[in-house]
This record gives sequence, C-alpha cells and structure tokens, in this order.
Amino acid sequence: MDSFLYDYIIPGAKIVGYILLIIVPLLIAVAYLTYAERKVIAAMQMRKGPNVTGPLGLLQPIADAVKLIFKETIIPSKSNAAAFLIAPMITFVLALAGWAVIPFDKNMVLADINVGVLYLFALSSLGVYGVIIAGWASNSKYPFLGAIRSAAQMVSYEVAIGFVIITVLLVVGSLNLTEIVLAQKNIWFVIPLFPMFIIFFISVLAETNRHPFDLPEAESELVAGFNVEYSSMPFAMFFLGEYANMILMSGMTTILFLGGWLPPLDILPFNLVPGIVWFALKIAFLLFCFLWVRASIPRYRYDQLMHLGWKVFLPFSLFWVVLTSAVLVYFDLLPIKG
Amino acid sequence: MKFFRKAADSLLLLEIMKGMMLTLKYMFKKKVTINYPYEKGPLSPRFRGEHALRRYSNGEERCIACKLCEAICPAQAITIEAEVRDDGSRRTTRYDIDMTKCIYCGFCEEACPVDAIVEGPNFEYATLTHEELYYNKEKLLSNGDRWEKELAERLNADAPYR
Repeated sequence: MDSFLYDYIIPGAKIVGYILLIIVPLLIAVAYLTYAERKVIAAMQMRKGPNVTGPLGLLQPIADAVKLIFKETIIPSKSNAAAFLIAPMITFVLALAGWAVIPFDKNMVLADINVGVLYLFALSSLGVYGVIIAGWASNSKYPFLGAIRSAAQMVSYEVAIGFVIITVLLVVGSLNLTEIVLAQKNIWFVIPLFPMFIIFFISVLAETNRHPFDLPEAESELVAGFNVEYSSMPFAMFFLGEYANMILMSGMTTILFLGGWLPPLDILPFNLVPGIVWFALKIAFLLFCFLWVRASIPRYRYDQLMHLGWKVFLPFSLFWVVLTSAVLVYFDLLPIKG
Repeated sequence: MKFFRKAADSLLLLEIMKGMMLTLKYMFKKKVTINYPYEKGPLSPRFRGEHALRRYSNGEERCIACKLCEAICPAQAITIEAEVRDDGSRRTTRYDIDMTKCIYCGFCEEACPVDAIVEGPNFEYATLTHEELYYNKEKLLSNGDRWEKELAERLNADAPYR
C-alpha cells in the first residue's frame, strides 16, 4: 500500500499541482490578453477602450467571463449535439496541452521530451479539428463555410511553418525545446534566420486564425464563421482557445527564434532577472505584435491568402531550407551529436 | 530599376512596415474619446431634443391652443383638445405628444406663435417601456418648469437668427 502511495499518488498529485501552476496563470493571461487587445487597438484608433469596470477597466475580462457563464447554452435543434459540444473542448484542450513541453526557464518544464517541437507542431495541426467539427456539427451554412476556410488555411500555412521549423532544427541538431533555447546562447536565431522569423510569424497569424488572416470568422462576410451558432460557455471556450493558442504560438516563436528564457545580453543587469520574466516579456512583445498587426492591416481576400501560402511562402521557405543547409555543410557547421 | 523597387517593396514588407509605424505613432497620440456619461460634448442652441411646454413668468401657460403645431407636425405625433376656460381664455385640455412617432424636425417649435412648445437640450430620457414615451400635457409642462432656464437662454441665443 505504501509503495502504491509513493509510486503513484504523490507523483500524480505533484503533476496535477504543476499543471495548475501552469494553467491558472495562463488563463489569467488569456483574460488579460483580451483586455490588452481592446486597450491596444483602442489606443491605435485614438479611443480609450474599456475604462469603466474597475480601475482602468481592469475588471472588464472578469465581467465578460461572468456574463458568458450566466448566458444560456443554445444547442441548435438541427445540430449534432455531442460533436457540437466537443468541438470547443478540443480547441481549448489542445491550446492548453501544448504548454506541457514549453520550457519556462532552465529545467522549468513539465515534460522535457525529446520531440518537443514535433509535439507542438502536431498539436497546432490538430487544432483544425475543433474548428472543422464545430463547422460541421452546427449544421448551418456560415459555420460550414468558415470551417472549410479554416481547414484549407491551416493546412496551407502549416507547410511553411514546417519548413521554418526544419531550418531551426538543422541549425540546432535537436528536437528538444530546451536544447533549442540553449543553442541560442551566443546569438538568437532571429538574427541569422531573420527572413524565416518573419515567415514564421506571418504563418502563425494564419495558423491561429488571427488578423489579417481571420477569414474563418470574417464577420463582414461569414457573420462569425465557425462559431456563429455558439453561445455561452462553448463560445467562451472557443474564445479562450483562440487566445491561449496565440500565447502558445508566441511562446513557440520565442523558443525557436528569440532565445526562450535567455536574457538579450549575458551581462550583469540582464542576467539577474529570472529567465521566466524574460520569457514572459518576449511573449508579451510578440502578442503586442499580434494586436498591432490586427490594428494595422485589413483582412486578406481568400485567393490572396492561398496565393501567399502556396506560391510565396512555400518556395521561399524551401529556398531558405536549402540555403541554410548549404551554408551549414559548406562551412562545416552541422551540429552532429554523439 | 522599377522591378527591383517593387520586388524590394514586397519582399521586405516595406509598405506594411510603413502602415504599422503609422498605427504605432497613433497609439501615442491624444485620445479623442469623450467619456460620455461623465463628459459631454457641446450642444447648439438649435439642438432639438425632448419637448417642453413653457409658461409665462407669472405662471400662466403660454399655449393658446391654436393647433398650428398639430397641423404642421409631419408625423402627426401631436394631439390637442381645447376649450374656453372660465376666465374666457382659450386653453388646451389635452396636449399629447407621442415621442415614438416624433421625428424631431422642430416644426412645432417653428410654428408656435407664443414660443410655448419648444424642443429642449435634453436627450437623455430613454425609458424601459413604450407607454412612458406617450407624453401628456402634465409631463410636458413639468419638463418646461424643469428646463425653463436653459430654454430661455437657448431662445435668446438663437433669436438674432430667427
């Protein structure tokens, strides 16, 4: 009995504790990301944004959440109820599951697996299922069109993301996220691989269905796209999932290109700050870029989106993969392990 | 040369960067929001808001029941009934405005020969029910009493242009 306690229950409780330590701050971050989004966009449009609920409107996300919780969950009579309710859960759970492999600091990671990048890539690809199940289960026109758009868009941009990841992996020689960060000790990959960083960032915008690639929920043509029929908590879950995904993808960008938890310069005032703060700051900067892009750039037309994905990003990133590997081989820089 | 310029523009995202810099610049500009329930914008003396029936300074109501406002009202929102009072003067017994029919054109106030019916500066009189917006004489007179100071000022300010 004792061994059962020590072998299973205590480690299990420990892991649940770690998960809560990750998820609770994450959900708070998601709530305040919506607040930040409204404030930043308001500022760029010379408005004030939410400023009534609480000091500076800081309680606005909580008010929004309470409102959504107390609303009625409407399940359309023609929908497939089970799939209809599972879809937002898939989106939400996938957005949270990715955090298992993200290293917040040296040795501060829930699951330090050797295929961390692949795991993240797989999860972000699975994200399309939430959207497409939602679109199909709603049994309604706009959600269906939104879901189809989303599926096509996410598949197209994953190709470019895949090539960008391959380039980074060629330079690092490992799929482990901690090692990817440590490989940037001397120079962040954003400097030597700058074009790939830009491509990755733009593809991430498309992957998370953010502006200017938010065609799956283009309100001017598809009302609200795949979440037209959703209300109350299922809608809130889509919303949380989208924003948690934004944070996750920013975290991934930080790890791949901005040196994860590493300080910008390894000198005295900078390396006193704990790594997790640097990590959070870098994520915050990228999230600001997400909002900044949203406030600046109008939505793409669908054919332009496909053109950009397949005829610009794909050849361009392929060219950079070839170029990077050529440079690595020619200068004998290939990181060969073991 | 033109080709290279175009290629550089699209490859280096120059135009997008220009646009983003513009939005960044605007982010630090002074905000133009008027914080509405706490701050309000200026109103012209000709602003046409909630109606009011005015009185003379001795407390006598101005309206003489000529029904010009009822006749000119394009939305037929005004209903007036009148009779001769004991002292021989002609006064309304009923003066109703359906505020949900009213289109706030201000013709009633133009037509009025004694400046009795006026549209005041108040625009914050939303109600929960439709019925509350059927104004009767009592309500209009109480509006007049409440807003008299502003109403007189506004009429004065606009008088040179009438």
